Amino acid sequence: MIAVYIERENGRAKKSSLEALSYAKNLAVKNSAQSIAIVAGGEVPSDLGDAGADAIVHVTDGNLNEFTPEGHATAISEVCKQKGVTTLIMAGTYAGKILAPICSVKLKAGCVTGVVSEPDLSNGFVVRKSCFSNKAFTMVNVKSDRKVLSLIPNSFEVGSFGLTPSVESISVSTSVLTKSLEVDKVKGKIPLTEAELVVSAGRGMKGPENWGMIEELADILGAATACSKPVADLDWRPHGEHVGQTGITIKPNLYIAIGISGAIQHLAGVSSSKVICVINTDPEAPFFKVADYGIVGDAFEVVPKLIERARQLKGL
Amino acid sequence: MNILVCVSPVPDTTTKITFVDNNTKFNTEGVQFIINPYDELALTRALELTEKHGGEVTVITVGTAGTEPVIRKALAIGAAKAIRVNCDPVDSLHTAQAIHSAISNESFDLIFTGRESIDYNSGQVAGLLAELLGMGLLNIVTSIEVEGSDVIATRDIDGGKEKVSHPLPCVASAQKDLCEPRIPNMRGIMQARTKQLNVVEYADAYNDTEYLSYDLPPAKGAVKLIDPANAGELIDLLRSEKKLI
Repeated sequence: MIAVYIERENGRAKKSSLEALSYAKNLAVKNSAQSIAIVAGGEVPSDLGDAGADAIVHVTDGNLNEFTPEGHATAISEVCKQKGVTTLIMAGTYAGKILAPICSVKLKAGCVTGVVSEPDLSNGFVVRKSCFSNKAFTMVNVKSDRKVLSLIPNSFEVGSFGLTPSVESISVSTSVLTKSLEVDKVKGKIPLTEAELVVSAGRGMKGPENWGMIEELADILGAATACSKPVADLDWRPHGEHVGQTGITIKPNLYIAIGISGAIQHLAGVSSSKVICVINTDPEAPFFKVADYGIVGDAFEVVPKLIERARQLKGL
Repeated sequence: MNILVCVSPVPDTTTKITFVDNNTKFNTEGVQFIINPYDELALTRALELTEKHGGEVTVITVGTAGTEPVIRKALAIGAAKAIRVNCDPVDSLHTAQAIHSAISNESFDLIFTGRESIDYNSGQVAGLLAELLGMGLLNIVTSIEVEGSDVIATRDIDGGKEKVSHPLPCVASAQKDLCEPRIPNMRGIMQARTKQLNVVEYADAYNDTEYLSYDLPPAKGAVKLIDPANAGELIDLLRSEKKLI
């Protein structure tokens, strides 16, 4: 049995969880096993069969409707024990980051986080994992019988398996010590870690008052906004937007860097982006070395042209 | 209150990463090791909390004698004493078990780690250690205060932040913004030389994972340059060549 922990946002399964589910189904097929989607609390989202769930286990307990690591880790681990799960998979979101190691101790399972490949089963159970802050990768063999993997979001495709999974409800009693006092979510904006397109800007923008065009471009493209460390340190932009080695690590399909030179620490946080575009006045900026597309020019002249063309193409 | 801070030595953030022995080992030659930046934040915040509430800060590192300069730096920043678990950690579980074993006769009100080390980026030790100790975990926190017998912390969640409370003792992992890291002063550096550094052995190594080999990301092809006068072409290329827009 291969199990996947499903996270929800506004009643729907998160895309990163669906990626994990399809990953699990592919692994289950290789092992002639079944995939189980584990939903803790709340309601069961609708699109799990299509993404690869053979079965759904809905764990119910009053404590599970809100996320707490201890509550959800207990629920997941109980299901894994009852169902004889050999491999537990989750997305490497903030929830996944905290749950994976806790579940691995409860299940006496070897745990690998930051996974970016399907397992190679030809000689053990070997997965590729990102390390050295995205400057390298390592192949890790998981030797234990039970395994817990967390996957870097946006590394795998969501499949369309068209399954119609059975839903079984299991009641697990959990005790919870963490009390939520206040939740502050950025409303209406695309969370950076989940964004497929990201428009990012740096000190080349000269001041916070010039961010209007960055936000406008992001808005037209349906992208999230990000920034470099100096910009966050100067309080031009909120710290939650800082991507790089000591900020957030992201792996969007498109990363547009405007007025960012591309210091090694910044690249560490964004170099896994699938397509990188760099706009900078300095042709020697190190960012151009890792870019797919580059424009050597002044952001204040280039960005309005991008906005204009994007508006035309989008019919806005 | 007594606080334990787990400190990992990592290559300096500007290190060029290379591998030796047929890409099976990280090349440490000429590499400057520093305190993992997130652990440095944890240490600073731990010191601030003990300055406010009393008690002392102990740092612990799992590593061979070569890690002692990093431990001395942690002592210079202000930790009262240090423990070094004398073994070369193989993976996160090994590290967590070694720490767990080394502190089995001590009691701490709060145990801090960084959110992850910047070399292996696994981010597991806080969770593993919390579960081995049977404690709760406040992961990836950007603020932490102690109020009576509770910790009030702000943790990162997907798309935002959450303020939570949790009773002591517990484990917490430090995220950027937790505090401004402290730079050791001359007095701290002098004092650090004579502070207590206990070396304990840990032999029951058991690890579930093994790192077989390393590789570097594939080199990118040459950048395709676009004339700034015709910058809009970038949008067209992203649509036609990459199907992104």
